[in-house]
Amino acid sequence: MSTQPGLNTAPEHPYGMNLSLGHIMNRRESMRLGLFGTAGLLCAGNVVGSATPVANAGTTPAIKAKAKSVIQIFLWGGMSHIDTWDPKPDAGYDYMGDFRKAIPTNVDGIQLGELFPNMAKQADKFSLIRSMTHRNNGHETAAYLMQTAHAPGERLAYPSVGAVFSHFKSPGYKGLIPPYVVLTQPQGRFSEEGFLGPRMKPFATGGDPNAARFEVEGVISRGITDARQLARRDLLKKMDTMGAAMAASPQIAASEEAKKQAYELILGQGRDVFDLSKEKPELRDRYGRHTFGQDCLAARRMVEAGVPYVVINYPGGWDTHSNHFSTMRRQCPQLDQGIAMLLQDLHDHGLLESTIVWCCGEFGRGPKVDWQPPWNGGRNHYGNVFTSLVAGGGFRGGHIVGSSDKRAEEVQDRPVYPVDLLGSIYALSGIDTKARLPHPMGTEAYVLPSAAEGAKSGGLLTEIM
Amino acid sequence: MRRTLHHLCLIGVFVSLFNGLQGAEKSRISPYEVDDFAVASGKIDDLVFGSLRKAGLTPARPCSDEVFVRRVFLDVLGMLPEAGEARAFLQDKRSDKRMVLIDSLLARDEYVDYWSMKWCDLLRVKSEFPINLWPNAVQAYERWIRDALGSNMPYDRMARELLTSSGSNFRVPQVNFFRAVQGRGPQPVSDAVALTFMGSRIEKWPEDRRRGIESLFSRLKYKPTAEWKEEVVCLDPAPTGPLETILPDGRKVKVSPGDDPRVAFANWLMEPGNRWFSRAAVNRTWAWVFGRGIVHEADDIRVDNPPCVAGLLEYLEKEFVENGYDQKKLLRLILSSRVYQLSPVPSCDDPRAEAMFASYPVRRLEAEVLQDALCQLTGTVEGYDSPIPEPFTRIPASARSVNLADASITSSFLEMFGRSQRDSGMLMERNNRVSSAQRLYLLNSSQIQSKIERSWRLKTLVRDHRGGVADLVSAIWMEVLSRSPLPEELRAVVAEGIPSKSGNKEMIDDLVWALINSKEFLYRH
Repeated sequence: MSTQPGLNTAPEHPYGMNLSLGHIMNRRESMRLGLFGTAGLLCAGNVVGSATPVANAGTTPAIKAKAKSVIQIFLWGGMSHIDTWDPKPDAGYDYMGDFRKAIPTNVDGIQLGELFPNMAKQADKFSLIRSMTHRNNGHETAAYLMQTAHAPGERLAYPSVGAVFSHFKSPGYKGLIPPYVVLTQPQGRFSEEGFLGPRMKPFATGGDPNAARFEVEGVISRGITDARQLARRDLLKKMDTMGAAMAASPQIAASEEAKKQAYELILGQGRDVFDLSKEKPELRDRYGRHTFGQDCLAARRMVEAGVPYVVINYPGGWDTHSNHFSTMRRQCPQLDQGIAMLLQDLHDHGLLESTIVWCCGEFGRGPKVDWQPPWNGGRNHYGNVFTSLVAGGGFRGGHIVGSSDKRAEEVQDRPVYPVDLLGSIYALSGIDTKARLPHPMGTEAYVLPSAAEGAKSGGLLTEIM
Repeated sequence: MRRTLHHLCLIGVFVSLFNGLQGAEKSRISPYEVDDFAVASGKIDDLVFGSLRKAGLTPARPCSDEVFVRRVFLDVLGMLPEAGEARAFLQDKRSDKRMVLIDSLLARDEYVDYWSMKWCDLLRVKSEFPINLWPNAVQAYERWIRDALGSNMPYDRMARELLTSSGSNFRVPQVNFFRAVQGRGPQPVSDAVALTFMGSRIEKWPEDRRRGIESLFSRLKYKPTAEWKEEVVCLDPAPTGPLETILPDGRKVKVSPGDDPRVAFANWLMEPGNRWFSRAAVNRTWAWVFGRGIVHEADDIRVDNPPCVAGLLEYLEKEFVENGYDQKKLLRLILSSRVYQLSPVPSCDDPRAEAMFASYPVRRLEAEVLQDALCQLTGTVEGYDSPIPEPFTRIPASARSVNLADASITSSFLEMFGRSQRDSGMLMERNNRVSSAQRLYLLNSSQIQSKIERSWRLKTLVRDHRGGVADLVSAIWMEVLSRSPLPEELRAVVAEGIPSKSGNKEMIDDLVWALINSKEFLYRH
């Protein structure tokens, strides 16, 4: 935790810090460098923060690109923050409802909600942003904001972070599985590819990884044995008279190449990645024998195979206007088990250093419980403050960024906006946030909105990078 | 083991059949062409063959009747010929049977369906973001486009109505030309005008010309009404002074107060001798038929983007104007050329050849056409509906995918296969490239598999051809590929052991699956 200026090998950097050496500033050092605005330091954990204006993100050479892959866990519907990763035991029953306890973790000073005992044992591997904010309470618009960082209602439909990531990263990726995969269903009401078009649409696996056979759409087909697959492939080859007559045509050759790639997935090594039976049963048990747990295992196998961007859309909703506490009681233990094991397993495979894991919903939920009918103990949409989890790929674990106030109703300090979160992910992945995106009509469009466009920013998450 | 047995039982049956077909085999280079030279028979041919000769390139051979019937059905109707239709054409002995077929197809309703789809791409027919016409206006606008094509409205009238109409966008469908633009200012509107009617991209114009056309569309007003999402598009009554500006060719123009400057633009556009208008139209029609324009990209006409065949645009423009902007006649002229009727198999491997139309350019079937072809073959349907925005829309299952009026109503299949988003009206919004995800879907998805397995048409076909394998296989070939199997194909099928009597449906399913996955099926050719 001490500053060692002698190790700084990047003197050209304006802030004189080189995070690539794992070099961390202490509070005093940071203050001296004048990095802080009004936001103070947040020390529920053991680290301090700084904020590089996002406008400078594209020119932050000190941030070394460590992340090769990203696993995004999206909690569609909006998971309550106060019940989970930002507990306020002192706020009382009207706020805490059924879950009044906070539990300690393996990092001093960090507490989680009582439903997360497994994650509590992995708290050194992830950090929590407890001051996430965008003040938007609509599902579609907030989901768009969280995954593009652009304001909804602009003239353009921007692509999601996954589409942008695979746009920049897939040229170097030679794997068999498409570069942008969704487990298992797309979110719907959200166009992941935006104006980048169908080329950047994610491949949605379909199927259920927790089923006896994970039937990945197009890859593993029900009722077709390998013998029949092989026989069909031979038959197709014999029947492809035009393919043979016009093999030199670029269009025909492109089709042949696409077919070859498809078959490498269907019959070659590609499908093995989806074959979870190749894992030890005990390991599968530890992930949890439920769809989400096995989603996490499938995601790890994909990252291992080099897939750049994997999204797990949580197989269940978090839009708990009513039946809130029973839904949380059912879903949180699975979320806890899956994420905890994913982080442990990525670590065990030496992949956590190069894999960003981030998890959040489109917003949090009203910290004050709606006890009145018809909600009878529910929570409403809440975008003023909520919590996001980040881990790996250059994000340091065991820290808390920002905080909410004593009832988890407003940002107390160090606001983090979608631009800051996505900007940090891009920075750790070596993606220039000022880079231009290819728009089909040649319209100017960039990875992230600038401050000039009115995008609010609290700064990159440099305190944990 | 079973395969071997079938093989042994059947081989005798086929020996005679093969012998009979071998004569035909010798005279054919491939089933896609006839052993002959392409001979010019009209002005289009003279120009294209002439420019090929000058470049030292050889055109492909003429296409076979089998290729022609499938091609012209796909290009005019966006659908496969039924086996009976293909057979009737192939058996027709008349020397002018290709022209007869072209004329009969141009008179069919499916021509209107398919060409409306192209026009709806161009005119951005879409209810939701970023176009936001909303369902009522989509229905009105698409209906008008469909009626215009159905009645073969002259193109100049069509353009004038789109450019100069005023009124409610629910009641005067043509004004949706302006509503269906991303933005209300004169700049996005004149972008769309230049793109649609001049085949030109305004951002490449000199500043003063751009300002000129923008000012001609600066007096549009969009007024909301009491009805949800309805808007009246009309001339803004506020300006009281005359409008002095320049036309896209640089000439000065003065519009009196109270006059609609859009009319001044339309008058200039359709002036005799103004090539912008007719050139964009004929180039686009050519591109819709051949997959690329004489000027390429077809909506990027400019001085420094020369046509790849000299004189061809001028000839087509002259014919188009002399025929009173008759779109069907223009299409008929193109389809009847020997150039259109060339084989897809190139005679030379020069990379310039395809761009100069030395052979028919093969292209993957468009998303909607492919979906419809799969449904047609298997006798299955695809349902489409949309819960947002209101009013809820449900498309009857009997409708073809090309009939979908609204680009906001879609399916993952249509998206995967690159249907146009209709956001900009640019031709490149439709994406016919192949991807491995598409191949994965066609090769191994449960949707394709169940379409084949559930197909009542296939079951009927098997039931009706219990007489012998040759009959059944020929029938399957005619259904899927619009031609008879080649002797070597038949031999290969027999070697696979496709059984003679009902028997193994799985093998028949796999044969159909293989043909559907052949390039011959997936590509228009």
